[in-house]
Amino acid sequence: MTEKTKVIITASPHVRSPDSTTKIMWSVVISLLPVIASSIYFFGPSAILVIIASVAGCLITERMFGSNPGSVADGSAMITGLLLGLCLPPGFPLWMAFLGGVFGMGFGKLIYGGLGQNIFNPALVGRAFLQAAFPVAITTWPSGTQHWWNLQGDNFALPFMTPRPDTVTAATPLGNLKFGDDPVATPILDLLLGTINGSVGETSAVLILLGGIYLAVRGHLNWHIPVSIFVTTFVVSGLFYVIGISQFSPWFMLFSGGLMLGAWYMATDMVTSPLSTKGCWLFGFGIGLLTVIIRIWGGLPEGVMYSILLMNALVPFINRVTQPRLFGTSKKKKEAGE
Amino acid sequence: MKGLPSFKHGVHPPENKDITSGIASKRFPFPKEVILPLSQHIGTPAKALVKAGDHVERGDVIAEAAGFISSTVHATAAGTVKSIELWPHPNGLMVPSIRITVDQSSSQMRRNRMVPRWQDVKDEDLSKEIAKAGIVGLGGAAFPSHVKLCPPEDQPVELLIINGSECEPYLTSDHRVMLEQPEMVYEGIRIELKALGITRCVIGIENNKPDAIEMMRKTRPADLDAKIQPLTVKYPQGAEKMLIKAVMGREVPSGALPSAIGAMVQNVATAANVAAVFQTGHPLIERIMTVSGRGIRRPGNWKIPFGTKLRDVIEHCGGMTDDTVEILFGGPMMGQAISDLDVPVLKGTGGILVLTKDECKRQDILPCIRCGKCLEACPIFLNPQWMKDLAKAERFEELVEEAHLNDCMLCGCCSFICPSNIPLSQYFAMSKTQLRRLPKS
Ligand code: SF4
Ligand code: SF4
Repeated sequence: MTEKTKVIITASPHVRSPDSTTKIMWSVVISLLPVIASSIYFFGPSAILVIIASVAGCLITERMFGSNPGSVADGSAMITGLLLGLCLPPGFPLWMAFLGGVFGMGFGKLIYGGLGQNIFNPALVGRAFLQAAFPVAITTWPSGTQHWWNLQGDNFALPFMTPRPDTVTAATPLGNLKFGDDPVATPILDLLLGTINGSVGETSAVLILLGGIYLAVRGHLNWHIPVSIFVTTFVVSGLFYVIGISQFSPWFMLFSGGLMLGAWYMATDMVTSPLSTKGCWLFGFGIGLLTVIIRIWGGLPEGVMYSILLMNALVPFINRVTQPRLFGTSKKKKEAGE
Repeated sequence: MKGLPSFKHGVHPPENKDITSGIASKRFPFPKEVILPLSQHIGTPAKALVKAGDHVERGDVIAEAAGFISSTVHATAAGTVKSIELWPHPNGLMVPSIRITVDQSSSQMRRNRMVPRWQDVKDEDLSKEIAKAGIVGLGGAAFPSHVKLCPPEDQPVELLIINGSECEPYLTSDHRVMLEQPEMVYEGIRIELKALGITRCVIGIENNKPDAIEMMRKTRPADLDAKIQPLTVKYPQGAEKMLIKAVMGREVPSGALPSAIGAMVQNVATAANVAAVFQTGHPLIERIMTVSGRGIRRPGNWKIPFGTKLRDVIEHCGGMTDDTVEILFGGPMMGQAISDLDVPVLKGTGGILVLTKDECKRQDILPCIRCGKCLEACPIFLNPQWMKDLAKAERFEELVEEAHLNDCMLCGCCSFICPSNIPLSQYFAMSKTQLRRLPKS
């Protein structure tokens, strides 16, 4: 009576949006390419060496301990590696960068069960680990080299050997303003273009901004988070600046240190940020506020990393309090009914 | 498109309506055999009134409604009853069905029946006539129309909303109804308004059908209080709650019927068929269906008698291409996949889609990356990301009590948007089925 047909039976819907997780991840990687290129321009071969080392650490760890052999292809390990590399100083010893990748991937992501399961941004976990393990190396900023092709500092230091002590170091704009003997604010234009001292990829605010906007336009990044972070940082630091508590002008706050990279690329990590738009506003507000507080009062020149990690920890809570309101119910009624 | 009323969230699947929207509907030739299941749609199965060997005329009652939410089955072609047997139904089950061998020598002319002029029928009796004619909602769920026309006493309807949004991609049958039979739609509206004892109506049409909006404006009778409301093109604009939100700006309370806020929604094709009942006395035995998709050689809009087998439809439309992978009854967002070519088309079948590999790409399911896109897509403001975890863990109590599974209308927006291709709405459909099977505690 019935004959076999070759058609398949699947549940509805039978069409899917063209955006896939893999596509989103790789477009993040692509949007980072200009930032990487500029870091090579500013810091020479050291920059790319540091990035390669941390990417290698991430990819190898994902391949060895990931949920399945194909999980490297989803692009998430690549992003972690790139972001970690971009927030290290260019003269960073490569073995440490590699170790940071391994740690971030292993303890920041895979230990939770891989993609989608982790609580903290793995790149920041790696960075926090390096900060704790090698506090000197990670705050050693070379003062620029004579020639573009010279290495910045001691990239090839052997494991567990102290880096050569003769590296000339210079302060980053944030460090200078906060801890310098002669605090002067770096001109904003220099911050925008990246002709300053800083981590491999944290310096060129303009390129990070462009990459972020590209992703936001394509819907691959939740723009509410960076916007919320920027608005909060600007308003709060502006307030402190005006009443004379802090010496950082709000513009300086926005464009210095890791804020751009952190806000566009690390805070927006989908896995470790809240689900709803409302939650994202809250999340960004928290990061902005904490960043300003740490920068002004903390013992560190930079506060973005810890702010994001702290807010990552609060995401489950934020998700709980920002459950969407069911269609056909009002807030009041729900509270009354409970 | 800015400024047109709509609802929050939702998705924009590729429309693909241009394949058939310009093709006028034609009569489909009578097949050799029609299959009429005793349960065609939601509700109690009907009771058969014929037996093998009986001769039936086109439009005869062959099974009667059993209960209020049930509807009459009519012969859709003249012929002889061959048997009553279990036959594959679009829902995938075997269902008792009446097989009629179509009389090839018959002219298939319909005898006009004596029907009262609708103007002379008492308001409250109109819905009985509509029930007798087997009219159901033609928007997809096939809910018997007379039930809708009798809202609860304490919830009087004040506004009739006519649904011409047709938000499912590919489908253009409602579009054709508005272009080809606008007077019938208006006549049907008058009858429904009378049955409800009200005077106001709004016709909501998605803005991607400017010709239909134009036609409905042009043919609107001067004495009818009917407003034509263009709507934002967005899926699922045609879902009752979304349409009401767009037209009235109000949300139907969770768990309540549209009549709770004084609204009732009827599909345009349903209205046109209500009018036909009183013009000719003909029951609902055929409808315009869109046959489309890149996998069908000759797409078009056809007036197909119910009970025609899928095989006959595909054959008449030039057959399938070699890269066909999926056949659907209904639209691509909520339609039902069919694998058995003997399944008959029914009242709820608004379209038959033959999709190729390129149209419904299957991608690997990846882990949830908690991107929140499903939350931003769900028109009911549910949290599909959380619901899928509860459904997977079979934590049904939380799923219903806290995550509001019952409010999910299985529209598929969440699955459509999920970049990891997680079959979210499928989890919810399965949970609903499982919950129905569980004994009520
Ligand atoms: S299927 Fe249910 S959960 Fe998913 S978008 Fe539709 S209503 Fe929301
Ligand atoms: S859309 Fe898919 S991947 Fe994104 S949160 Fe929802 S279920 Fe997870």
